[in-house]
Amino acid sequence: MEQSRKNTLKITGLGVLLLVTIIVSFWLGRYPITTKEVLGISLSKIYPIEQFWTDRVETVLVNIRLPRVVLACLVGCSLSAAGAAYQGVFQNPMAAPDILGASAGAAFGAALAILNYGSSFTITVSAFFFSLVTVFIVYAISRKVKGKSILGLILAGIVIGSLFSAATSFIKLVADPSDQLPAITYWLMGSLAGSKIGDIKFAFLPMAVGLVPLLLLRWRMNVLTMGDDEAKTMGINANQIRLAVIICSTLTTAASVAVSGMIGWVGLVIPHLARRLVGNNYNHLMFASVLIGAIFLLWVDNIARNLLTTEIPLGILTAFIGAPFFIYLIIRGENY
Amino acid sequence: MSIEVTDLSFSYGEHQVLAQVSFEAQDKQLLSVLGPNGVGKTTLFRCVLGLLGGYEGQIKLDGINIKGLGVREMARLIAYIPQFHYPSFNYSVFDMVLMGTSVQVSAVSSPGIRQKKLVETALERLGIAHLKNRGFTRISGGERQLVLLARAMVQEARILVMDEPTSNLDYGNQIRVLTEIKSLAKEGYTIVQSTHNPDQTFLFSDKVLAMKEGKVLAWGAPGEIYTKELIYDLYGVEVEMESLYNDLARVCIPKNLMAGKDRPADLLFNVY
Repeated sequence: MEQSRKNTLKITGLGVLLLVTIIVSFWLGRYPITTKEVLGISLSKIYPIEQFWTDRVETVLVNIRLPRVVLACLVGCSLSAAGAAYQGVFQNPMAAPDILGASAGAAFGAALAILNYGSSFTITVSAFFFSLVTVFIVYAISRKVKGKSILGLILAGIVIGSLFSAATSFIKLVADPSDQLPAITYWLMGSLAGSKIGDIKFAFLPMAVGLVPLLLLRWRMNVLTMGDDEAKTMGINANQIRLAVIICSTLTTAASVAVSGMIGWVGLVIPHLARRLVGNNYNHLMFASVLIGAIFLLWVDNIARNLLTTEIPLGILTAFIGAPFFIYLIIRGENY
Repeated sequence: MSIEVTDLSFSYGEHQVLAQVSFEAQDKQLLSVLGPNGVGKTTLFRCVLGLLGGYEGQIKLDGINIKGLGVREMARLIAYIPQFHYPSFNYSVFDMVLMGTSVQVSAVSSPGIRQKKLVETALERLGIAHLKNRGFTRISGGERQLVLLARAMVQEARILVMDEPTSNLDYGNQIRVLTEIKSLAKEGYTIVQSTHNPDQTFLFSDKVLAMKEGKVLAWGAPGEIYTKELIYDLYGVEVEMESLYNDLARVCIPKNLMAGKDRPADLLFNVY
């Protein structure tokens, strides 16, 4: 198909753009690093070359900039893939991790774990568990809402999301202001500042475990958008696939929240950009979403750490970009 | 390919929706289900498609009792053509039809070359190949119905169930869609459709199942059961029925609409 060839080309283009963005992201920062130094240091890890850079440059690159760049990519991929997948299995173009309350649930879970002095592992598990609980509650409520399902899903998401936000506020109220409260607040604002190599090792596994099935099940998601009855008569076990996709999307969302906090809007805005670029077929959409998500979050993070002398939390920037886009979506309607 | 339903009963809690429904259709036959809204046609279809369990009685597709069959096995036997509705996301006609082949590939893979060929063939067969790159929501109602028909064909099941395939279509498209359905039946498909148009039922069907309040009111060849009494029993409307061209067609005319007209009937019809 010529259409599908055109899309393959676009996706390859996005891949190239991502590589360029990654390289540019290594240069950008308070401490200037040249391309030559970036390439030299990367190569020296695989192949012994004579050191022509200072130790300080290497420390900044490896311990500060590298984890940030990698995490921005991973979180961008995860949130966009989860958003695109939620939209498919809920047959709803307005579904996204934050709108479904998945992020609010994950934040509550993380806050609860911090309150109990949980390890990083406990924080992710707790974030995942509460994230899953919220998504299922929101979905169950939206099924009961009479009339337009899109509206029902958004309203249920808002209600349950704010319920969990209130619970999170309560945790902040009782948290120890000397150590727990700042930790929780950091999570809620959404930021990649202070990312460490350890964070990557820690987040990579749950993200990969969630992302790989989402990419593999991409054709099935197309069929699920037709509704349960039609999907079943076409030989698709709609309930099983939906459950698998929800669990995987929620796992990637929870892993993202655990390392980066609440970064809103990415899961809604990016899949829609991807839909405009390559259409609704998940065979192309999933890859386009993942790549655009990584590119987008890298640029937002670059702005976050370079625009002002103090860091701007990512969540604030994505909201400034996401909210106008959401308004545009509402006005334009869902005619994809 | 055949479909054979024996003493099918289904209840939602206390409320009995289907009671002792029996009928059968062989290959190359087009069976029409006639009856007012809310008579249990949808429930009947959902049972036959394997979407509703918990019924009493027996449903056999191609001689196989479908109780306990998985969705994949069902999809190889029977395909469903739903009433048109706007999907949440707009797909190209080609992708839309390609979805019908999903049962032929594993859960983690996408349809391949064989499946794409099937789609091309089905689109050609129904004369809508030129639409393949158009968006499904941007084509006409009749074209959409043909796309859904193509989707059922590539599924390679030989029994097709259609929920009011001609509702919401203009007259020309109704006839176009029905002609395709009829010719598919001739090719060997077994087709079950629900309809609200009694005259077309007579013209197009090999068998008619008339249902009222979850029960079979009449069942058989259209020539045997299609009478003005049946229309009255089904819909509570008094009609005159005319047989035309040696009973190739029967036309019913509602009495109420003729009453009070002072023009003779032949003049009345010339107006249209």
